[in-house]
Amino acid sequence: MSTLKNSLYHLRLLDDLGKHNSFIHKVHPLIKLITTVFYLAVVISFERYDVSGLLPLIFYPMFIFLLGELPITPILKRLLIVAPLIIGIGIMNPLFDNSKVLIGNIYISRGWITFLSILIKCGLTVTASILLVATTGINRIAEALRMLKVPKIFVLQLLLTYRYFSVLIEEVSIMIRAYSLRAPGQKGIHRSVWGSFTGILIIRTFDRAQRVYQSMNLRGFRGEYINGYNSKITFKDFLYLMMWCFFFTIVRIYNIPLIIDRIFTGVIN
Amino acid sequence: MGNNKLIIKKLHFTYPGEHIAIKDISFVISEGESVGIIGANGAGKSTLLMLIMGILFPNTGEVLVDNRSINKKNLSKIRQQLGMVFQNPDDQLFMTSVYEDVAFGPRNYGLDEVEVENRVEKALAMVGISHLKDRSPFKLSGGEKRSAAIASVLSMEPEVLIMDEPTSALDPKSRRKLIQLLNRFKHTKIITSHDLDMVLDTCKRTIVIKGGRIVADGNTKEILTNDELLDNCGLEVPLSLQNCPVCGTKKEI
Ligand SMILES: Nc1ncnc2c1ncn2[C@@H]1O[C@H](COP(=O)(O)OP(=O)(O)OP(=O)(O)O)[C@@H](O)[C@H]1O
Ligand SMILES: [Mg+2]
Repeated sequence: MSTLKNSLYHLRLLDDLGKHNSFIHKVHPLIKLITTVFYLAVVISFERYDVSGLLPLIFYPMFIFLLGELPITPILKRLLIVAPLIIGIGIMNPLFDNSKVLIGNIYISRGWITFLSILIKCGLTVTASILLVATTGINRIAEALRMLKVPKIFVLQLLLTYRYFSVLIEEVSIMIRAYSLRAPGQKGIHRSVWGSFTGILIIRTFDRAQRVYQSMNLRGFRGEYINGYNSKITFKDFLYLMMWCFFFTIVRIYNIPLIIDRIFTGVIN
Repeated sequence: MGNNKLIIKKLHFTYPGEHIAIKDISFVISEGESVGIIGANGAGKSTLLMLIMGILFPNTGEVLVDNRSINKKNLSKIRQQLGMVFQNPDDQLFMTSVYEDVAFGPRNYGLDEVEVENRVEKALAMVGISHLKDRSPFKLSGGEKRSAAIASVLSMEPEVLIMDEPTSALDPKSRRKLIQLLNRFKHTKIITSHDLDMVLDTCKRTIVIKGGRIVADGNTKEILTNDELLDNCGLEVPLSLQNCPVCGTKKEI
């Protein structure tokens, strides 16, 4: 129960973080969205066996963490939620790909290298997406999507799903609390009530989500959040985008760790 | 009295599953009137309010606001005139801060940011929660949430204010403040409540509902002193009108 309540707090944590006012938060949402998408594309485009080339890309989330004044632990914890999924996807590689490669003086199975690169790629992409939400807030991301002329209906879908998710967790925690108060000493929820529990849960969350949506409509909601912010892209925003694009492109074209390695070994030799 | 603000004509409403919730309800509310709607649990009060707001549509009958019948086309225009506070404030607060939530309505109606800020500050001050404006709505107490929900409707400056059990979960001071606030609000009001003392303090007229039907409609003081009628509808004479429990002397009305 406490973990559920905690995850509710964590879910809202992203909302809360989105309200901060750091250097990163002030960058225009559209710029951050494009930067993130570009970043994701670059990360994904790396070859399966290329681990060292990926490494400089860690610099991007580190930079956002620092300048966005974000707490590191709770955000990385979210990463752990998807970790089993990532490991599940990657774990087959060492089994199927047995060919060996020479790294330094030792032979390593290619399978493990691809596994490692999948791990890093997923870690980086998920972190970057979480950071986008944490520094922008879901409403402003929606605003950016609308600027990109993404159809209203999709954006609305995204927003309501996000809202629905928090409603769902809230209702679950309320129901579990009600249950555990009347079933002291029980661990978790007994198998016999799983069916009715989920049934009621679906109805309740559905009802609640509907009432929330109704109250949005009553207050003039027409499918678009209107934020009172000044939504002009400034030269600074543009510079931010250009610098990251430049950095990502360089990293993509040149394998920087390898170059540094060569320079050093060259010096030693 | 002014002209007819709200006309309810022969409303009939059945929930899916054959549950008849509203049966043949008609009444007229003129501009500036304040009307209390009372009745036992499940009498149909919330359902009636939702029909008025156009959240639900009646099977037969119609609702007219300023002599215009509510339909799907003019809904968003008409809703600008009506503001409703829900029975459960959790249904009403969905933004990331109290300020954003109160600003939500005015922004949707296209006001510029200076005016929005004005309205938000004013609404928050009216319910006395200016100090909560940067807090997350979900981290508030029940009563604070209620106040925030009321502010989120006041900021739209509606012509008709509709409230479903506004005083539940409020502490005595906040309740008193709300009553004063409602009395200052000169527009049309419709309030449902089980807090009959509050109805007595805020509404001149009262409509009693039982099993989806109107059983009485008239002067609040007359209705709230009618022992038999109230008892019949699962209600009680409000404390402030009951005879003194110690000496039994009659209260002055
Ligand atoms: N979503 C629904 N589906 C089916 N029946 C409903 C639904 N909501 C309410 N009802 C039924 O309609 C009737 C009127 O409900 P309503 O919520 O209007 O009562 P109420 O007068 O507001 O009661 P309370 O004082 O408890 O708030 C009740 O008998 C209730 O069981
Ligand atoms: Mg009700």
